[in-house]
Amino acid sequence: MGSKSSSLNKIPNAQELMQETGFSAAHILRLYERFEFLDVDQMGELRPEDFGAIRELSMNPIGDRIISAFFSPGKETVDFASFVRILAHFRSTETNRTRDGAQPEPANSRTRKLKFAFQLYDQDRDGKISREELLQVLRTMMEMQVTEEQLQSIAERAIQEADLDQDDAISFDEFRKSMEKVDIDHKMSIRFLS
Amino acid sequence: MAALWTLSLLLSACLFWPACLALNPPAELPQPHNLPPSLGANSSDGGLSVDLPMPLRVFSVDYNHVQAPFEIVLWIMLASLAKLGFHWSGRVPAVVPESCLLIMVGLLVGGVIYGVRHSAPPTLSADAFFLFLLPPIVLDAGYFLPGKLFFENLGTILWYAVLGTLWNVLGIGLSLYGVCLLAPSSLGDISLLHCLLFGSLIAAVDPVAVLSVFQEMHVNDQLHILVFGESLLNDAVTVVLYKLFESFLRLPSVSGLDVLLGGCRVLVVGLGGLFVGLFFGLVAALTSRFTSRAQVIAPLFVFLYSYLSYLTSEMLHLSGIMAIVTCAVTMKQYVEANVSERSKTSIQYFLKMWSSVSETLIFVFLGVSTIQDVHMWSWPFVCSTLLLCLIWRATGVLLLTAVVNKLRRNTVTFRDQFIIAYGGLRGAICFSLVFLIDDFPKKRLFITTTIVVILFTVFVQGMTIKPLVELLDVKRKKRALPTVSEEIHSRLIDHLLAGIEDVVGYWGQHYWKDKFEQFNKKYLRRFLIREDHQAPSSILRVYQELERRDQRGDEEAPPLVDPRSHSRPLLPEEMDSIRRILSRNLQNFNNKTPAYSRHTLHQDATMDRTRKPLHRHQSLGERYTFNTQGEDGEFSGSRRGRAGLSRSHTVCSMSPRPVLQDSSVLAAPSQSRGLVDPKSSAVRKEQISSQHQAPDGRAPKKQLSFVLESEKQQ
Repeated sequence: MGSKSSSLNKIPNAQELMQETGFSAAHILRLYERFEFLDVDQMGELRPEDFGAIRELSMNPIGDRIISAFFSPGKETVDFASFVRILAHFRSTETNRTRDGAQPEPANSRTRKLKFAFQLYDQDRDGKISREELLQVLRTMMEMQVTEEQLQSIAERAIQEADLDQDDAISFDEFRKSMEKVDIDHKMSIRFLS
Repeated sequence: MAALWTLSLLLSACLFWPACLALNPPAELPQPHNLPPSLGANSSDGGLSVDLPMPLRVFSVDYNHVQAPFEIVLWIMLASLAKLGFHWSGRVPAVVPESCLLIMVGLLVGGVIYGVRHSAPPTLSADAFFLFLLPPIVLDAGYFLPGKLFFENLGTILWYAVLGTLWNVLGIGLSLYGVCLLAPSSLGDISLLHCLLFGSLIAAVDPVAVLSVFQEMHVNDQLHILVFGESLLNDAVTVVLYKLFESFLRLPSVSGLDVLLGGCRVLVVGLGGLFVGLFFGLVAALTSRFTSRAQVIAPLFVFLYSYLSYLTSEMLHLSGIMAIVTCAVTMKQYVEANVSERSKTSIQYFLKMWSSVSETLIFVFLGVSTIQDVHMWSWPFVCSTLLLCLIWRATGVLLLTAVVNKLRRNTVTFRDQFIIAYGGLRGAICFSLVFLIDDFPKKRLFITTTIVVILFTVFVQGMTIKPLVELLDVKRKKRALPTVSEEIHSRLIDHLLAGIEDVVGYWGQHYWKDKFEQFNKKYLRRFLIREDHQAPSSILRVYQELERRDQRGDEEAPPLVDPRSHSRPLLPEEMDSIRRILSRNLQNFNNKTPAYSRHTLHQDATMDRTRKPLHRHQSLGERYTFNTQGEDGEFSGSRRGRAGLSRSHTVCSMSPRPVLQDSSVLAAPSQSRGLVDPKSSAVRKEQISSQHQAPDGRAPKKQLSFVLESEKQQ
C-alpha cells in the first residue's frame, strides 16, 4: 500500500506520534480521517461543539465529561496530536512492545487507563473523588428515578468500601485497589485500535 | 375453583363437538323434501323451517352447512379458553410454561377424541401451519423487534444462525447415520441423505417455542435478542438445507456441483426473502401515506402487505419468515408516523391478538397430533437423536462463542452460553417439515422421533431452564459478588468506552448507521411520510404524550426498592437493595429497550416510546446536546445557548416522531427540585421518566417538566 506513506506525509509529526503512542500507520491514518470528519470548519482543531455534534455521544450520560477529558485544562481546542494521545489510552495492551525502564509508561497501561477513568470523576483535579463528585456521576448514570436517600446510601457504601484512610474521599490508589479484580484491559480497549 | 371451571368447560366443549359429528348423518335427511314450493326457492336446504303445519319439522339441525367454520371456531375457542384458564389457576403458570400446558390440553383433547371416535384426531396439516398459523407470530415478532439491539448484535446473530445451524445439521445428520450403521437390523434402510434431511429439520430452533418460554424467564435483552434473532434467521438456512436434501433425494445421483449450487441457494433464499420483504415494506409505507381519509382501514394494509410478502416469497421458494420480518421492520417507522393514534393502537393490538391465538393453536394441535396411529418406535434412534441434539448444540454454541467473544465488547458469558444452548427449543416448524417428507419406509419413525424431541425440549428443557439458570446464578454469586464500587466504576467505564467508540467512529457499526440515517432522512422519509406529519411541533408531541399517559394511568409503576431508612451502618438487606437498584439502573447502558415481552403490549408501547430518545439510537434527526454548566469556564463562551433550568427528576418523553435536523428550542419551566448542588457543575440532559414515580411520594403524580437543549445557534 504505497499510498499510505504518502498520505501519512500530510499528517504533521506522524512518525513521532506512532512512536509515542504505539499506533500503526493504518490507525493513525484512520484517526486522521475521523479527525477531519469531525472538524467541520477545517481549522485543524476540534472544539467542544464538534464533539457535541456526535449524536450518540450527546446522549451518553457522561458524554460531557468524556468530551472535557479531551481538552487539557485551560485549552479550548484539541489538535490532532492531543486527539491521538488521548485515544492512545484505549489501545489494548496486548500489542505493547517490551520497553526498557527508561521509556515513559505507555498511555495504555493499566495505571494510565485507570487514571483516565479516575479523572472522569475528579473534575476539580484535586486527586480525590469526593462524595459530592461521586454523587454527581451517580445521578447522571441512574436513568430511572431513584430517591436522594438511595443515592446517598449508595455513595456512602461505595466510599466505605474503598476509603482506607478514612478521609471520606477516594484517592487514586484507593480507586485502583478497589478495581483490582476488574479486567481493565478488556473493558477499556477498543478492539480495532489494538 | 377456577381451574375446575375451565376444565369442565373444556371437556364440555370437546364432548359437544364429537356429539355434533355423531348427530350429523341423521339430521340432514328430512328437510329438503318437506318444504312446500310456495315458501320460496331461496330458503336453503338446511335452514330452520317456518312454523307450518304438520309435515314440516319445527326444529332441525344442519351441521354440514356450517361444519368447516364451526369446527375452526370451536378449536380456537378451546385453545383460548384453555389459555384463559391457566392464568386463573394460581401458581401453575409460574412453574410450567404456557406452551407445556397447552400441549397437555391438546393431548387431553386428542385422547378424548380418539376415545370417542376410535380413529385419529385431525392433525395439523403442514399447509395450514405454514400458511395460516405461522405468519401472524412471525409478523408480531418482527413488528415489535427491538431494532437497534437487533442490528447491533446482527453479526453475532448471523454467526450463530448460519454457522451454528450448519454445524448442528451436519453434526446431527452424520452422527445419526453412524448410529444407523451401528444398528443395521432395524435402521439399515435409512440412507445418509435421509439422515441429513432429518438433521436439517430437527436442528432448527423454533421461534415460537423459544419466545413462549423466554418471556417468562426475564433474561437480559441482549441474550433475548441473540436467541430470538437466531431462531428467526436460521429459517433461511433450514429451509434451504431441507429443500436441498429433499431434492437430492429425488435426484438419481448427487454431484459436487449440486452441493455448490446448494450453497449458493442459501444466499439466494436469505437475500431474496430480505428483498421481497423490503419491497413490500416500502410499498406499505407508501400506501399508508394516503390513508388519512380512510383511517379505519389503515391497519388492514399493514397486515395485508405483510402477509402478501410472506406468500410471495413462499411462492418463489424463498424464506418467508425473513420476508415478513423484514417487511415489518421496514414499514414500522413510516406507518407509525403516518397513521392516526387509534390506528396505531389497533395495529398493535391486532398483532398481539392474532399471534397469541396462533401460538395457542399451534401448541394445542401439537398435542392433539401426537395421538395418532402412525407411530413407529425405535429406542436407539429416538434416544440417540435426543442426545445428539443436545450435544451438538452445546458444542456448537461453545465453539462459536469462543470465537465471537474476541470480537465483541460485551462478552457472552458462560451463563448466557448455557441459556443459548439449553434454550434451543424445537417446535412446530420441525413437526410440519417432517410431515412434508416424501414417503419412505421409515417416515413414521421420523415423525415419532420429531414429536418426542419437540415434547422433550418443550417440556423438559422448558420447565427446567429457569431453575437451572437460577442455580447458575447462585453459583456465580457465591464466587464473586461485585462490590458496589466495582459496579459503579465498571458502569462508568462502560459508558466511557461507548463514548470513545462514538468519538472514534467505530467503522462497522456507526458508519453504516449514519449513512443509512442520512439516506433515510433525505429520501425515504420525504417520500413515504405524509407531508404534515414530517415535523410536528415538539410541544404538540409532548402534549400528546402527556395525554396518552394520562389516559393510561400509572399501570406500569412497579415500585422501586422500598425506601430504606437513612442510617449509617448498612444491613445486608440494604446491600441487596442497593445492588438491585444499581443493576436495574445501570444495566442497560447501551440498550435501553426493555425486555421484549410477547404478551404485554402496554409495556412495549409505552416503554418504547418513553425510552426511545435515551437510546444511542438514530433517532431520525433529533439531536440532543448537553454540556457542563459554564462555571468552570473550561469551554469557550460561544457554547450552546441553553434553556437555563436545573434538571429535575422527571422529564417528559419525546414521542418517536421525526424532527427535522434543526429542531426548535424547547423549554418549559421545570419543577426544580433542587436536587442538583448548585455549586458543582451540573450535568444536564433529558431524562426520560418511565411511568415510575418516586416511591416515597415526594414527586407529584404527574411531572410535566422537561428540558430540551437547543443547538448552538450558528
